[in-house]
Amino acid sequence: MSQAPLLEIKHLTTKFSTEQGIVKAVDGVSLHIDPEETVGIVGESGCGKSVTAESILRLFDEKTTEYGGQILFEGRDLLQLSEEEMRKVRGNRISIIFQDPMSSLNPVYTIGDQIMEAIRLHQRASRRQAREKALELLRLTGISDPERRLRSYPHELSGGMRQRVMIALALSCEPRLLIADEPTTALDVTIQAQILELMNELKEKLRMGIMLITHDLSVVAQMCSRVIVMYLGEVVEEAEVTTLFDRPLHPYTSGLLKSVPQLDGRRKQKLYEISGAVPAMHEVEACCRFAPRCPFATELCRSKAPSLEEAEPGHRVRCWHYKDIQANGGGSDGSGLLVTA
Amino acid sequence: MASLEPIAVSAPPGRGRIAWRRYFSNPLLVTGTAIMSVVALLALLAPWTTSYDPYSIETLNRLQPPSGEHLFGTDQLGRDVFTRVVYGIRVSLLVGASVTAIAGAIGLLVGLASAYSPVCDHIFMRICDGLYAFPSILLAISIVAIMGPQTGNVILALTIVYIPSIARIVRSAALVVQEKTFIEGLRAQGAGVFRIMGLHMLPNVLSPLIVQASFVFAVSILTEASLSFLGAGIPAPEPSLGNLLLDGKNVIFKAWWMTVFPGVFIILMILGLNLLGDGLRDFLDPGAGSNNRFAKRKKAVRRRRRRSD
Repeated sequence: MSQAPLLEIKHLTTKFSTEQGIVKAVDGVSLHIDPEETVGIVGESGCGKSVTAESILRLFDEKTTEYGGQILFEGRDLLQLSEEEMRKVRGNRISIIFQDPMSSLNPVYTIGDQIMEAIRLHQRASRRQAREKALELLRLTGISDPERRLRSYPHELSGGMRQRVMIALALSCEPRLLIADEPTTALDVTIQAQILELMNELKEKLRMGIMLITHDLSVVAQMCSRVIVMYLGEVVEEAEVTTLFDRPLHPYTSGLLKSVPQLDGRRKQKLYEISGAVPAMHEVEACCRFAPRCPFATELCRSKAPSLEEAEPGHRVRCWHYKDIQANGGGSDGSGLLVTA
Repeated sequence: MASLEPIAVSAPPGRGRIAWRRYFSNPLLVTGTAIMSVVALLALLAPWTTSYDPYSIETLNRLQPPSGEHLFGTDQLGRDVFTRVVYGIRVSLLVGASVTAIAGAIGLLVGLASAYSPVCDHIFMRICDGLYAFPSILLAISIVAIMGPQTGNVILALTIVYIPSIARIVRSAALVVQEKTFIEGLRAQGAGVFRIMGLHMLPNVLSPLIVQASFVFAVSILTEASLSFLGAGIPAPEPSLGNLLLDGKNVIFKAWWMTVFPGVFIILMILGLNLLGDGLRDFLDPGAGSNNRFAKRKKAVRRRRRRSD
C-alpha cells in the first residue's frame, strides 16, 4: 500500500448548532481509502457513520454546520473548496448512494430523464448521447429490460430495481469514489446479495474506491478489505477485515460481533446484546465514550478518554485495556461469520 | 363455475388511455368539466349565442317576463337579461381566470421561496398572516375603494387577497418534498439551487397548486359578484353577475327573473368549479387510481354482490 490514498480524512469534526446546543456528530475522525479499495464503516445507528459520509460531500446546511480538520481528495482539501467547485466534485468525482431507494428518485420524472440529467450535469452530451449513455448504465447494472425501464416512472419499479437505478445514477460520471450509505438495508436478503455482487463487479470494472457504510457485519465480511468501527462520532477500531473478525480488540467491536445471530448456534441460546443504548451526542463527557456500556470499564475508563493506538501494524484501537481483555479471552470469535459469508 | 373462460391477453393500455379511463371513472371531475365547459362556451361565444346588445335600451320592453323572444325576460331599461347574464359570465370568468393565473404564479414563487429560505419564510408568511387577518371582502373593498372601481383594480384587489392561500399550500407541499431523499440526492449529484427548485420541487407541488387554484377561481368569482353587488366592483353599465343582482334587488317582487337567473348562474359556476377541484384532487393524487371514494364504493358493491351469489 505504497500508493497515495484516494481519500484521506484527517481529524474531521462536524458540529451542528441545534436548539439544544452544539452537537459534535463527528469528533476527530481520521481514515483513508486507497484507490480500488472497499472500506467498511460499521457502528450502531447514531454513531456518526452517515454524518462522516455526508461531510465528505458537504451536504449539510452550511449555516448550521461547522466542519473542522481536512478531507483530502485528489490533492485538494474538500473543506476549503467554494460551493461552486464543490458542485463539480459531487456526483462527478464522488457519488453517494442512499439507504432508502423508495424516496431517492423524483416521482414525476422517468428513470431515463433522471439518469440523463445526472449525466448532463457534469458532461457535455446531447440528449441523444445522454440517452445512449443512460441505457448503457442501466445495462451495466443488470436491470431487466433496460429500454423499457428508461421510460418507466419510479413507482413502477421494485425496491431492488430502484437501487439498481440509484447505482446507475451514482455511476453516471464514473466517479473515483463511491460512498454507499447502507445501500442494502431496505432490501430483502436475496436482492441484497445481488446488489452487493453488482457493486463488487462494478468496482473492478470502473476501478473506483468504495466507502461502504453499514451495520450489517456479514456485508462487511463479504465486501470489504478494511473495516473502521465507529462509536459516538469516534473511530474506536480499525483493522484489516480478517484481523478484525479474528482478533477484535475493542469491547464494542467484540460486542457487535457477538450480537450477530449464528446459523450453527444452539437454538435456545439467547442473542448477545450490548446493554444500554447509544447516548445522545451532547451528553458526551471526558471519559471513554463506551465506558457506561462496557463490561470491562474501570475507574480509569470513566475518568480519562483513551486515544487511538496502534496495537499492531494496521490495527488501531481506542481502549485502555485492550491487552488485558484480549488475554482474558474477552474478545469474541467472529471468524465463523467470515466463513459463512 | 362450470367452465373457465379463456382470458384474452392484450397489450397493456398506453398512458394516455389509462388517463382517459381514470378521467371517466371520476364523476366529480366529469360533471365539473361539463358544467364549466357549457358555461364557458356560452360566454365565449356571446356574440353568437345571443342576438341582442347588452347595452341597448328599449324603454317600451321594460320588465318583460321570460318569453320566447326574451329568454330570461328584460330589466327596468328593457335590456335582454339573458344577454346581460351571458356577458356577465364573461366578466366573471375574466376576473376569475386572471386572479387565478396571477395569484397562482406569485403564490407559487412565494411558497417555493418560503420553503427554501427561512428568512423569506419569516417575511412572506408574516405578510400572509397579516392579509389573512382581514376578512377577504373587507380587504378587497378597501383596495378597490382606494384605487377606484375598475375591472383591472378588482382583479388586482382579489389577487392580493388570494395570494396567501396559494402561497401557504405551495409552501407546505414544498416542505414535504424538500425532506425527500431525492432532493438530497440531487445535491449529492451536484445540482444547484435553481435546478432543484425549478425542475424538481416545482412539478411535485403542482397538483396541490392546481387544486387550490380551482378553489381560488370559484371564490374570486363569488367575491367579484359580492363586490359588484355592493357597488365596489365592476362599474355600473357593464354587465357583471353582481351588478345584475343589484339591479334586480329593487324590483325583486315585480321581476323575479332579474335576480333568479344571474343567481342560478353564479351557483352553477361555483358548483362546477368546486366539483372540478374535488375531482382534480382525486385525479392528480398519484396512485389514487382506485382510491377515490366512488371507485371504493363500486368495489364494495361488487364485493357484496359476489358474496350474495
